[in-house]
Amino acid sequence: MLEIHNLTKTYYLNTKTAERTDEGAMPETPTVLPTLDDISLQVKRGEFVSILGPSGCGKTTLFNLISGLEKPDRGAILLEGKDITGERGHVSYMLQKDLLFPWRTILENCILGMEIQGIPRKKAREKARTLLAEFNLAAYEDRYPHVLSGGMRQRAAFLRTMLANKEILLLDEPFGALDAYTKSEMHEWLMSIWSKYHPTILFITHDIEEALFLSDRIYVLSACPAKVKYSLTVALPRPRKRHVLVSEEFIQLKKLLLQILFE
Amino acid sequence: MPVIMRKYWATAAFMLFLLCVWEIVVKLGIVPEYILPAPSSIIKSIIDTSALLWEHSLQTVREVVLGFLLAVALGIVLAVFMGIFPLVKQALYPLVVISQTIPIMAVAPLFIIWFGYGILPKLLVVTLVCFFPITVSLVEGFAAVDQDIIKLLQAMGASRRQILEKVSFPGALPSFFAGLKIAVTYSVMGAVIGEWLGASQGLGVYMTRSMNSFQTAQVFGSIVVITVLSLAFFGLVNLVARIVMPWYYQK
Repeated sequence: MLEIHNLTKTYYLNTKTAERTDEGAMPETPTVLPTLDDISLQVKRGEFVSILGPSGCGKTTLFNLISGLEKPDRGAILLEGKDITGERGHVSYMLQKDLLFPWRTILENCILGMEIQGIPRKKAREKARTLLAEFNLAAYEDRYPHVLSGGMRQRAAFLRTMLANKEILLLDEPFGALDAYTKSEMHEWLMSIWSKYHPTILFITHDIEEALFLSDRIYVLSACPAKVKYSLTVALPRPRKRHVLVSEEFIQLKKLLLQILFE
Repeated sequence: MPVIMRKYWATAAFMLFLLCVWEIVVKLGIVPEYILPAPSSIIKSIIDTSALLWEHSLQTVREVVLGFLLAVALGIVLAVFMGIFPLVKQALYPLVVISQTIPIMAVAPLFIIWFGYGILPKLLVVTLVCFFPITVSLVEGFAAVDQDIIKLLQAMGASRRQILEKVSFPGALPSFFAGLKIAVTYSVMGAVIGEWLGASQGLGVYMTRSMNSFQTAQVFGSIVVITVLSLAFFGLVNLVARIVMPWYYQK
């Protein structure tokens, strides 16, 4: 289980005021950017949790903190009860940009995480091959990423994320750049993979439908500085098919979230 | 080679046209042969002196290959240190640029005073000419690597060495090869300049000797050989680039 306790992060820009005043120059006002304010949340093992909030509300900062790329001012991140605040190597993540290496074939891209852990390449390749077939990418395993379509590239990027063997997958608006049709295909595809392997996923989005369709639970964040405004359990039955999008329950939940987001 | 023909037929046709005009102008006596020899005389002189040309070319090729390899090694070492340590980059980058503003023609005689008439001063001229584009292109290549890819690897717990080896190097390859291509086109010229100032063998020597004895056709002959050699080295670098970065050329 991933637990996040009271995470707070503030950025300071232009903090050179002290030296400047001695020379008689105009003192610069430091720009204070409170970004995260006392965020607490949990993701249970095998759970699909979304963070929903307006763009630029510090969601990416939250991801940087969880992945250990940055340190919080206050608060702690626990994984299975162990403090991992500021530690790297516990998560793998995926962004809107697929970040596939153009110099590696799809297969070689997918084994990146295992390679970093020092798993022999041969073994890693075998493991990746079986999943590539399941992801409908087997025909492309020896091709370079630029020949793949946007949806295929995101599938490959997701496979790379999954094969990194980390406890948590962080997905930061992974389908944000896809067209609406491909996006909804990707949702169903992601659901089928998730229900088979049950990876623990923390998913960032500003798309209400996406969050509702995919998640077990949703945290709604406020605009800057981000606070947890609301949390919601999505009780829609699984497996969810496309028609759930127009069901009465779904629309009720959507209304509720719209209200919370824009209040 | 149908691809080459398709790509260069226009250039070849235009060159052929120019050569014909040139031949006619000289044959009609508008320009005397000792000032501008006809293309046919140049070809004839190349054939007549082929044994001698071959010998001199070999020496030049030796200097180019060794000097170029030295430049590649130096360029990589400098660029890697500059890539890893920002302070090194801050200290050395301006010096690397300054090294290129020093006129080669002024430095080459000094190399001869310091290192004699052997092969070493020529190597150094080639290296001095070539290492700059190699270093700069590799430094820029390292800097241009997608920072989001580096962050992804850091989050996965990759070490600095892993990031360098899996991202920085392959990511900088296209830029590195662009630099190599520029460097290699200068390399033959560098060797010839080195030879001009004092050597017993090489195309530069052949050229000065031909010039001093008013063998204008032979001067042109050596120019042709230098051009062909430069193109061959360029082609070789291009070939290596295609082998090393197949993904880059499939786009």
